[in-house]
Amino acid sequence: MGFAYFPHTPDDIRSMLERIGVATIDDLYADVPDDVIFHGDYDLPEALSEEEVRRFFAAIDKKNQPLTVMVGAGAYDHYAPSVIQSIISRSEFLTAYTPYQPEISQGTLRYIFEFQSMIATLTGMECCNASMYDGATSAAEAMMMSIAATRKKSRVLISSTLLPQVRRVVETYAKWHGVKLSVIKHCDGNTDLAHLESLLEGDDVAGVLVPSINRFGIIEDLSGFADAVHSRKALLMVYADPSALAVVRTPGEWGADVTCGDAQPLGIPLSYGGPYVGFLACRKEYVRKLPGRIVGATTDVDGKRAFVLTLQAREQHIRREKANSNICSNQSLMALYVTIYLSLMGKQGLKDVCDLSYGAAHYLHDRLLETGLFADVFDRPFLKEFVLKSDIPTEKLQKALLDGGFFAALQTEEGYVSFCATERRTIEEIDRMVDLIKCIK
Amino acid sequence: MKYYDKLIFELSRQGRVGYTLPRNNWEKSADEIPAMLCRSVEAELPQVSELDVVRHYTNLSNMNFGVDTGFYPLGSCTMKYNPKINEEIAAMACFRDIHPLQPDCSVQGVLEVYDGLCRSLEAITGMAKFTLNPFAGAHGELTGLMVIRRYHELRGDDKRTKVIVPDSAHGTNPASAAVCGLNVVEVKSTADGCIDIDALRPLLDDTVAGIMMTNPNTLGLFETRIREIADMVHACGGLLYYDGANFNPLLGKVRPGDMGFDVLHLNLHKTFSTPHGGGGPGSGPVGVAKHLANCLPDMRVEHGDDGMLHCVSHPDATGQISGFMGNFGVILRAYAYILMLGKENIKLAGRLATLNANYVKESLKDCYKLPIEKVCKHEFVFDGLADKSTGVTTLDVAKRLLDYGFHAPTIYFPLLFHQAIMIEPTETESKETIDAFIEVMQRIAGEAIEMPDELHTAPHTTPVRRLDETTAAKHPVITYAELRLCNQPT
Repeated sequence: MGFAYFPHTPDDIRSMLERIGVATIDDLYADVPDDVIFHGDYDLPEALSEEEVRRFFAAIDKKNQPLTVMVGAGAYDHYAPSVIQSIISRSEFLTAYTPYQPEISQGTLRYIFEFQSMIATLTGMECCNASMYDGATSAAEAMMMSIAATRKKSRVLISSTLLPQVRRVVETYAKWHGVKLSVIKHCDGNTDLAHLESLLEGDDVAGVLVPSINRFGIIEDLSGFADAVHSRKALLMVYADPSALAVVRTPGEWGADVTCGDAQPLGIPLSYGGPYVGFLACRKEYVRKLPGRIVGATTDVDGKRAFVLTLQAREQHIRREKANSNICSNQSLMALYVTIYLSLMGKQGLKDVCDLSYGAAHYLHDRLLETGLFADVFDRPFLKEFVLKSDIPTEKLQKALLDGGFFAALQTEEGYVSFCATERRTIEEIDRMVDLIKCIK
Repeated sequence: MKYYDKLIFELSRQGRVGYTLPRNNWEKSADEIPAMLCRSVEAELPQVSELDVVRHYTNLSNMNFGVDTGFYPLGSCTMKYNPKINEEIAAMACFRDIHPLQPDCSVQGVLEVYDGLCRSLEAITGMAKFTLNPFAGAHGELTGLMVIRRYHELRGDDKRTKVIVPDSAHGTNPASAAVCGLNVVEVKSTADGCIDIDALRPLLDDTVAGIMMTNPNTLGLFETRIREIADMVHACGGLLYYDGANFNPLLGKVRPGDMGFDVLHLNLHKTFSTPHGGGGPGSGPVGVAKHLANCLPDMRVEHGDDGMLHCVSHPDATGQISGFMGNFGVILRAYAYILMLGKENIKLAGRLATLNANYVKESLKDCYKLPIEKVCKHEFVFDGLADKSTGVTTLDVAKRLLDYGFHAPTIYFPLLFHQAIMIEPTETESKETIDAFIEVMQRIAGEAIEMPDELHTAPHTTPVRRLDETTAAKHPVITYAELRLCNQPT
């Protein structure tokens, strides 16, 4: 019986073995000691047909509960234009690998160049790489970049207002990479400049990582941060949501040296956490410290415009243990995803997304306060996400919402509840959810 | 393939849009945000129509070569066919709309997929437990090394800071070790590319955290003394790490767990048929032996007493290495592939990959220099053309292949040979395709003698020809803003 993915007929196998000069395929494993060969039966089901695979996953899907999402916390339910899926499904993009042969990879190289350009202009940075795995690992890479860029410094400061998963991943990398971490307190929901300044006094600080919009949804005021950090010859690194940067002050404008983050909010489906795409952007003076692939413009022998992987002397396949990072494959297809998204939305569309999200989130916020069951924690500007205090036990609140078809009111480590609304949320959905909450006894 | 020269920014016209959004009926707008928290200069994003976008990226795609375009024998990358059913499953709307922090009770289907793939990989590799959280092969390596360090740390064994890496290893091995804070010590290879056991012996002491190995190694040769190496490393208290980049020929034939490995990573985008996507998203699951199970990173999926699957953390975990639970979309594809293969076809996958590689090797070894006359596994390495007198290099051969409609093999790796050409055909290629490749490789060997200049200047038929890489690196221009500055008349 043949199998759809293996084209070999018995005749093919016979004539191939003949040329090789062995009797059976297993003879090609004669050098493998018999005690490491697996002679048993794999504990796997028997092969399924396509139709059976479809049925299998359709049955599994029934065990997921479809919910209307009103939580952010690092993954945002934004609208995805239909053009994108259609283009990224093109096999010329999907089934290619890293553009090692630029003559037949100009499609990939061109979109990476566009991605770098778009992230640079959004973040106010001069340079950007071809992408990182996700936001959390891009923050960890930013941390290591600051250690590499400053001499003999071993400490990095991170804000207590960073998303918890970002902080945890940075902590893991720091522990094994040998970086000392200190956490900067926050003052009324904003990273505390005075505390930051006191932590800088040790003069062993290589970099300082703070969010542009933090885990409370607050748009942070980073006035004075760059001066404080630069006066100690450390790097200011900002974790940013690129979707918000159509409106919100950019890391570049705050004086940051490095910007990291997750580009998932640029229309990438929630997909239970991945694939998303991280990014890492910086000022020009740090370009040779950037990890990962970078695409540059050049020309071919006929003078035609062309693009190519460049500055490869930074990378693991050349520098081995002295490389800036171990990253090799990144999230290229997802970089194409956000490049198409940003092309479609353009400068106006991205602003409209911010405006709609702002309107929906503030409507939700005001309606929740009207119920009398919630109170503000902080009095600071937010865009699409915010936290409230409530006397209703969070578990009870979440359960009621879940039963009504909503995922909302995520608990923070302080016991606040977090909500989020994007341009995908309608007034009917918000009203229905608030009505549900009003019925909780 | 057709050349197209535009960047999306160059199609931009003031006032043109490519999107639709709902009418804004909300009372409040982002204008309320205090000015000092707002950006003052607009982002330079393009303003284009929807059709502009569709045509532009379709034109870009026409300059690209993928597995669906043609034969892609890129060594060490396992460019096998990516079945379309995988894409269909990954695109199912239900999986796309699930938030990663949703309560476990609402995502039992998702967790069942995660758990199901873990179980399948355990069966296939003989390891005790898996995490699917790492995003790529190199990320899996780093995670695996963090697991090893955590294991030693929990035992109070803090001297173990050294990791042994063969000189033929992929560059990511030493780089991952360095990111993980380990000191890399290289061990030499013998003439046939296997680990020199006599060179290994003196390196083994109580500072060894572990050794990283690929098997088959980067020459496609099986390390036949693997059990002996495992015993030696274990005897000194070190652990064995298996780099699964070359696992494909062992799929359905050999389980790394049976070779004595304690930790491994697999590349779902190589062995398990998920598309490479132009350089990701991939997935690099890490599997461990029983004694290391608790050291896997957070979060992990476990069966609860309530009969449900749960996402949990563990106090012995090496930490969290990803924002959420890995590239779930890739996990879905790999699971679909394994279900399609089933227990019967899986036994053929590795064997047919090895058959294809040996067939190419034997068919071409008269024209190309085969440094090691041995049975290979999924791939093998030539050291350039057999006839070196023509001055035609491996680069020339690779570029000429593009003219004939094939992707080039991996070149100048491994570093053991000056003119390395590393060929990996994979099991999904037919005898006809491979015969056509062999014929072209033979023809190129002939051209090297008859018309070497054609080869020095190849390719001739591609959308662009050889590039000026030196200027690109010396004066990097990596954004459109920079490019515009360069093009301004001075």
